[in-house]
Amino acid sequence: MSDYESYLKGSPLEVQVISRRFRIPNITSIDVFLAHDGYKALAKALKMKPEEVINEVKNSGLRGRGGAGFNTGMKWSFVPRQSPKPKYVACNADESEPGTCKDRPLMEYDPHQLLEGIAIAGYAIGSHQGYIYIRGEYRYLMDILDRAIAEAYARGYLGKNILGSGFDFDIATHTGAGAYECGEETALLNSLEGFRGNPRVKPPFPAVVGVYGCPTVVNNVETLSNVPAIILNGADWYAKLGTPKNGGTRLFCLSGHINRPGVYELPMGFPLRRMIEEVGGGIPGGKKLKAVIPGGSSCPVLTADEIDVAMDFDSVAKIGSMLGSGGVVMIDEDTCMVKMALRIMKFYAHESCGWCIPCREGTSWLEALLERFHSGAGLATDADTALDVSYNMLGKTLCPLGDAAALPTISIVKKFRGEFEEHLKLGACPYERKAVAVA
Amino acid sequence: MPETMTTAAPSAVTLTIDGKTVTAPPGTLLIEAAKQAGIEVPSFCYYPGMALQGACRMCLVSIEKMGKLQTACTTTVAPGMVVHTENDEVRNARKAMLEFLLTNHPLDCPVCDKGGECELQDAVFRYGAAETRFMESKLHHEEKQFSKLIYYDWPRCILCYRCVRVCDEIMDVNAYGVAFRAAHSEIIPNRGEKLECEECGMCVDICPVGALTSGTYRYKTRPWEMNYTGTVCNHCGDGCKTTLSIRNNEIIRANNRDHSGINGEFLCVKGRFGWDFVNSQERLLEPRVRRNGSQAPASWDDALGLAVERLKAVIKEHGRDAVAVIGSNRTSNEENYLLQRLARSVLGTNNIDHHRTADYASLVGALTAAGAKDRHATMAEIASANSILLIGNDPTQQHPLVALQIREAVRQHGAHLYVINRNRIKLAERQAAVFAEVKNETEALASLIGDSPSGELAALREKLQAESDTVVIFGSEIQGRDVQRLVRWALALPGRTRFVALGDYANSRGAADMGLLPNTLPGYSPVSDVAASARFESVWGGSIPSKPGRNIREIIVDIDSGAIKALLVFGSNPAKTFGVSKETLAKLSLLFVADLFPTETAAMADVVVPAASFAEKSGTVTNLCGEVQALRKTMRKAGTRSDFEILLALARLLGAAWPYRTPDDVLREIVERVPGYSIALPHLLVGGAVPTRPEGAPLALERADLVFSSGDSLFTSGSVSRFSWALNAPEEARRPRGHIF
Repeated sequence: MSDYESYLKGSPLEVQVISRRFRIPNITSIDVFLAHDGYKALAKALKMKPEEVINEVKNSGLRGRGGAGFNTGMKWSFVPRQSPKPKYVACNADESEPGTCKDRPLMEYDPHQLLEGIAIAGYAIGSHQGYIYIRGEYRYLMDILDRAIAEAYARGYLGKNILGSGFDFDIATHTGAGAYECGEETALLNSLEGFRGNPRVKPPFPAVVGVYGCPTVVNNVETLSNVPAIILNGADWYAKLGTPKNGGTRLFCLSGHINRPGVYELPMGFPLRRMIEEVGGGIPGGKKLKAVIPGGSSCPVLTADEIDVAMDFDSVAKIGSMLGSGGVVMIDEDTCMVKMALRIMKFYAHESCGWCIPCREGTSWLEALLERFHSGAGLATDADTALDVSYNMLGKTLCPLGDAAALPTISIVKKFRGEFEEHLKLGACPYERKAVAVA
Repeated sequence: MPETMTTAAPSAVTLTIDGKTVTAPPGTLLIEAAKQAGIEVPSFCYYPGMALQGACRMCLVSIEKMGKLQTACTTTVAPGMVVHTENDEVRNARKAMLEFLLTNHPLDCPVCDKGGECELQDAVFRYGAAETRFMESKLHHEEKQFSKLIYYDWPRCILCYRCVRVCDEIMDVNAYGVAFRAAHSEIIPNRGEKLECEECGMCVDICPVGALTSGTYRYKTRPWEMNYTGTVCNHCGDGCKTTLSIRNNEIIRANNRDHSGINGEFLCVKGRFGWDFVNSQERLLEPRVRRNGSQAPASWDDALGLAVERLKAVIKEHGRDAVAVIGSNRTSNEENYLLQRLARSVLGTNNIDHHRTADYASLVGALTAAGAKDRHATMAEIASANSILLIGNDPTQQHPLVALQIREAVRQHGAHLYVINRNRIKLAERQAAVFAEVKNETEALASLIGDSPSGELAALREKLQAESDTVVIFGSEIQGRDVQRLVRWALALPGRTRFVALGDYANSRGAADMGLLPNTLPGYSPVSDVAASARFESVWGGSIPSKPGRNIREIIVDIDSGAIKALLVFGSNPAKTFGVSKETLAKLSLLFVADLFPTETAAMADVVVPAASFAEKSGTVTNLCGEVQALRKTMRKAGTRSDFEILLALARLLGAAWPYRTPDDVLREIVERVPGYSIALPHLLVGGAVPTRPEGAPLALERADLVFSSGDSLFTSGSVSRFSWALNAPEEARRPRGHIF
């Protein structure tokens, strides 16, 4: 717990629900956790009917914190309870969206809260096995989780006949190997089964055909971490924390050109402008804000004029972007947006799994095009070509990675077309003030 | 292959595709429903019978009330669905996918093997853009040799994963995987730098572009510079249809891309690559005659003249019983029919036999006796069986098509496979529901059908008795009386039990059917059956000896004893197969050999004549299921003559006036005279496989050492494979037979 202050700076504007125990010393130990309402929600849930648990979560307005924002209780209700097959809970801890680092403290500073959430989810859908799929780079978090899991078994919060309820539940951790794509739920399932992390054809959806062909609920770490508080305090209490249809709070990860970068728990619907100015302390050096990525690198960027928006799924969608994974990245006036687009595309061209044509070829094409364009060897047609290639990927790929690569590019080309023109005119990047020799 | 029914089931779904009302069973994929309606939706990764990928995105179609374009290969039909496959949005998407595919594609069509028959080329021609906006450097990886027979050219690869799937799902070999990510993704061998596989080349065949190329075909020709002839592979007894591609009177390639025939597109390493023995430099191309102890070239007239002269002398001096004939497992039905006619009605002896690799006479006899002569399973029926009992043999090695049919039955229809074998064969380890590992199949059979089977055999019997419509497949391990016992017992199983006996070579079945046996006429009538003999005597003239002749073991013994003085061998190598010594063969006054190659037997011959291969002649062959298919002459080999021509010449020189001018004339006689062979010729002419229903008296198998398999592997084919480069080049061919895949 040595470094939490580096990114858990805290703010008086925070509403701490899932982060409320982060600063308690030794909270990763089950004794400390139990002293702070630990596993009380599980005990309560086990006394409810599974359908009641699902309804409670449904009514809380909890929406998937991985980025898609689907109602969590609804997702659970899609699991066919009558199916004779075993059912699984897969916790998606493959946090890899650039700009996002919220699952990390949840696992680092309150692992038992996550385990409790997974066990409740398991009870709700009739599962007896949960998996936590953790990105390879989070190896050290797996050790924390594994210790917590061992403690939970030792105290009877996992394993056979939990709290005398007759409910059995196991949790195992599984590490990824460094692929962004494995955060996509079906690619995650493939990877979990030991296959190459390629996405699967949907439908069938994982709720019906998931791990080993069995019904599986795949939920993000933050989503599942919210469940104990909902069970403990009730759906209404949780829903009221946020805005209509956007229940609760959210961990926002402020990064980029911001004075106080870090992870903050704020109510859903918190205004973006206040988030930048009051929570994050504004832009360093008194510079002007140029753009904001509101929810991780795959979201269309917002211009400085668009930041008067409530940060909930529906409001951000209304202005053409996405709340995504909660990774809010500030970009100041001295940043080259062409380079920004290039940097984002480098990531996607590297991380495309290569399975389907538009994403595999489109991302590498765009990367090469933007690289050339930024270096000063652009053509007048390039911006339109980039747009067109992006549109040819958009909505045509097997999984959302193609959209994730296309959307930011489209938004940057459209909203910052002027910067593309400047590059053309100068034959160089205006922000680097020097022409780069064409290779 | 997903069922695409043309007639609508009661619960059929009605939808609209491009304005046409289409009806299809629920669960039908949109791409198949469109195909039924005559609407082609282009695709690369979609391949009937293999897992859905959704990878190439070529089949995107627009469905009303759905926001995004949908892949027709993964979407199932729904009532009232309105689909557009040719509107602007769809056309633009297709064009976009092709533009993407061509970004890193080398566009080396002018030198690419696939040029002219490339699915990417065709798609770009039909849907694509003639220009590209891509002006970045193309990615490039060097070409790799995956094996002597298979090369991979990464830049041409469109990553449709057909090769990965065909190898895994269809072949159950799983030699391919995918490495790296994004635009650098590439197909790799799963077990190191090189392929470790059956070298069947299905991956090359199924590759829509020129990424996987064949070691024997690459850079040799353009597809339009070849002539194509559909014929039948001449190696194992499965009888795969194959299309030979000929350029300059030489075979360049074999495949079955048109999916015609009992094997669909399947060919194994022998079928796809092992035809090269036909082009071997070691082919016999002129007759040779032994004079003063050594063989020397001779004219056809001299060679056949000498043979006939010696034959006449032997008959004159030692009688007709001093002559014997050994026939082939690979020559056509017509040739086999003529060979036994030569023996029986011209030479006047029943001393005729061949290397029997399965006991067809006993199977036919047993089925006839049981009143079940229609219970020969066809190749297709193996794949659609509910249950399969496999006793002996190793189809994966010896009968790749039968093995494929068994795997498909298990994979596609959930059939149960029951295996009784002394070895842990691959089918036993991978597909079997129950595997009884036994010391000896014959003893195991006795136990299985006896009063108290033990261990796995008991479990196997119990489960088998709960099955219906079982196909029983057995190797040479089960022969003679055991065949009769097996047939009797298995016919009592629930449903329509059917049978297959696994004979080694392309016409093993036909050789037996055509009477290359000392005790039966064509169609398994005993030579002692006066009425049956009369059927043939009435067209042949003269009389057929009614006493059974010597079988092949007796022939060999009597060559040694001096009772046999003249031996005619057609397409067989008894010196190797039966271990006949040089000293024994040297005792003959005449050893006449017709063969393709200078075999051990040919080396000892007094007269050797160069025979034509399967590719150089017409006729029919009967596969191990009893299905007749047509061989078609695809090329000529200067210097050789077909066995048909050789037999005609011998008969003429021996004073017999045979009326046949072409093999078709013989076939007509077979159809007319041989029981069970009254087959529909039109079906045969269009490349079909026509089942036969032979019938015959149950004759006792003369002795136990007459029926045995050569135990060929995937890479051997009797004496022939020695003269094939392709069957010896792969690393796998040099390994001891076993589970290397």
